[in-house]
Amino acid sequence: MSDVLREQLALLPEYLSRHLLLTVTALAVGIGISFPLAIAVTRVRLLKGPVLALASTIQTIPSLALLALMVPLLREIGFLPAVIALTLYSMLPVIRNTVTGIEEVDPNLIEAGRGLGMTPRQLLFTVQVPLAMPVIIAGIRTATVWVVGIATLSTPVGATSLGNYIFSGLQTQNYTAVVVGCVAAAALALVLDLLIRIMEIASARRSRTMAAVAALGVLLVIGGGLAPVLISRSSIDNRPGVVIGTKTFTEQYILASLIAGRLESAGYRARILDSLGSTVVFDALIAGKVDIYIDYTGTLWANHMGRNDRATADDVLREVTEWLRIEHGIECLGRLGFENTYALAMPRADAERLGITSIDDLFRHAPTMKIGGDYEFFGRPEWESLHAAYELEFAQTASMDSSLMYTAVASDEIDIIAAFSTDGRIAASDLVVLEDPRSAFPPYDAVILLGAHAANDPAIRSALLPLIGSINDDRMRTANMRVDIEGESVNAAAHRLGLSAGGGA
Amino acid sequence: MISLRNVSKTYDNGRIDAVRDVSLDVAEGELLVLLGESGYGKTTTLKLVNRLIERSAGRIDVGGEDIDATDPIHLRRRIGYVFQGIGLFPHMTVGENIGTVPRLLGWSRDDIDKRVAELLELVGLTPSAYTPRYPRELSGGQQQRIGVARALAARPSVLLMDEPFGALDPITRVQIQDELKTLQSSLGLTIVLVTHDMTEALLLADRIAVMKEGQIVGRGSPTELMTNPGHEYVKTLMAMPKRQADRVESIAKAAL
Ligand SMILES: Nc1ncnc2c1ncn2[C@@H]1O[C@H](COP(=O)(O)OP(=O)(O)OP(=O)(O)O)[C@@H](O)[C@H]1O
Ligand SMILES: [Mg+2]
Repeated sequence: MSDVLREQLALLPEYLSRHLLLTVTALAVGIGISFPLAIAVTRVRLLKGPVLALASTIQTIPSLALLALMVPLLREIGFLPAVIALTLYSMLPVIRNTVTGIEEVDPNLIEAGRGLGMTPRQLLFTVQVPLAMPVIIAGIRTATVWVVGIATLSTPVGATSLGNYIFSGLQTQNYTAVVVGCVAAAALALVLDLLIRIMEIASARRSRTMAAVAALGVLLVIGGGLAPVLISRSSIDNRPGVVIGTKTFTEQYILASLIAGRLESAGYRARILDSLGSTVVFDALIAGKVDIYIDYTGTLWANHMGRNDRATADDVLREVTEWLRIEHGIECLGRLGFENTYALAMPRADAERLGITSIDDLFRHAPTMKIGGDYEFFGRPEWESLHAAYELEFAQTASMDSSLMYTAVASDEIDIIAAFSTDGRIAASDLVVLEDPRSAFPPYDAVILLGAHAANDPAIRSALLPLIGSINDDRMRTANMRVDIEGESVNAAAHRLGLSAGGGA
Repeated sequence: MISLRNVSKTYDNGRIDAVRDVSLDVAEGELLVLLGESGYGKTTTLKLVNRLIERSAGRIDVGGEDIDATDPIHLRRRIGYVFQGIGLFPHMTVGENIGTVPRLLGWSRDDIDKRVAELLELVGLTPSAYTPRYPRELSGGQQQRIGVARALAARPSVLLMDEPFGALDPITRVQIQDELKTLQSSLGLTIVLVTHDMTEALLLADRIAVMKEGQIVGRGSPTELMTNPGHEYVKTLMAMPKRQADRVESIAKAAL
């Protein structure tokens, strides 16, 4: 077995377990709400239209969007928003099948029940529901398969799931991780589907033995799957826990691993909550769900402080640090030493042919160029300030996954991209970074942010202080390239970065 | 025991008359046959009695009490009902089907089990072999017997039977008809039985009420109706078994 695979499989118990916990909770709550609701619908006909319409409408909201929406709605990240979104998703098939199943019971049997003197309630629970059971279980089965699949999208809202494999794997070009995540999710869905299918058959054939076997199977899968989470909670680990958050790109994973290593050496139990949305991780730090993460001064300046004026790197750092402390009680420990700024990059050959070296030179060419950016870029203040500073009008903009952006520009599908200056793929794709003489992009110094809990812990501070000023652009770009281009694991790259930074993690 | 006074049932805002101005008395311990062709309102009349269908006009008493004065749920538990389509619950065993009403009435498990065994004996099926079976594992005739047993489970004094022997072969049919007669006299049951089978009516009935297009067009004991049919339709009906018998006889003669 390759090291990469072994490293990925080591994560499986935790990811699978948390995935299962999300799925099972969402399904249990979902069924708990949907079933009585469906029963109410069969008794109060007027409810049928609105209830089914509402459930169908929820279904049409793209799942990633629904999950992401829960975060600002609940002002909370992690398990809760994920479970609520998944619960909403599980409802339609259960409601629809319960209603249909009950409606389709032979009217002669309903009349027989009434004729024997059953109350509407007795009729429902001794005749209608048992007869509708195979259809109801089929609905539960559909809901289960959906929820297992969609639960992989819980990762960006801070709920660990098998999606962590997929999100971080796609970012770091670690396709082993992506495959492990997909296979595990598919296998889980198939196993649960099979077991529920057996229950469905058992209920159609009224076989108690078969139902018992399937129920036992479900319990075994759930019990076995949840064991790692439950054990890790109850196990005697007196080390204080620290949660390190990451956004969704390679450098963040590497730095989190580096920080986790240093904290483990200092006697902490470090947990990485990876692949969080950019605002999700900031909110999580404020809420105390995350203790430490790396952000960039320019992001804080523009996105969180809402500033679009230009200032020197030192001024930005000073103001950001002050603002974080006063507004949110967050400590900015200091600069790591590199800057990950947005930068416009284009293929070297094109740049040389057109004689472009700085953004100023783009003025003439922009109207015929197609520019690519990550999902955030075109909504960010930097895009506006780029506009304002250079008066650029591009022919077309395309937002795409940042890992696809490099492939797209290398294959000439797009002409220029808004890249990150430390991205290893800039060198690997033979792109040149254009100069920014008018400082349209604010400085993006990487800084370590500590939430209140970590800020007040001197041992954490002293474990992390040696990192300040120890990672320059070149080191960061090398580490990124090792992961993204050479396929080295995040942990290995973090370890090497730690050695080169002299921290000895 | 049962009395209907000027009872009517209309559907579609009076456009369809299912039952028209029916008055009828059934004495205690009597077996009354409601006879008539398909669509003439027999089932409707029966369902009006236990309020599975609410009538449009008239008054019905059961056991000397206006049925509107009783809670329909209790009324139905007191009246045994055998459905035209049998209506056994496919998800329940024979035992559970028969025990339905006793269970609703809150009998103890033991009492229910005993009663189920007793009733299976009564309808001629071995309790140990049939109790755990599901309806789909029974023949049509066996299912009908279970339907009768289920109706009798809570010892009702009134039994409404809607074509209870439709699915039986002639031999079993005659046999179970005999059994019903014995049962009726030994239990002192008041029975209203619906059929469109003239011979069955003649063999079982203490009295017959003939229905045509929602109305009762003739009534009386089998002998009375034979001798004095009154309505033309009754006359044709009464002549039927005799005509059939004559034809059977002539075929038999020719075969000799
Ligand atoms: N829900 C209803 N709506 C409209 N018409 C109805 C309804 N139920 C019954 N009818 C009509 O009332 C009439 C009497 O029906 P009923 O079921 O009592 O007939 P029946 O004598 O039992 O016939 P069969 O021997 O075929 O069972 C029929 O013409 C039928 O079409
Ligand atoms: Mg009928």
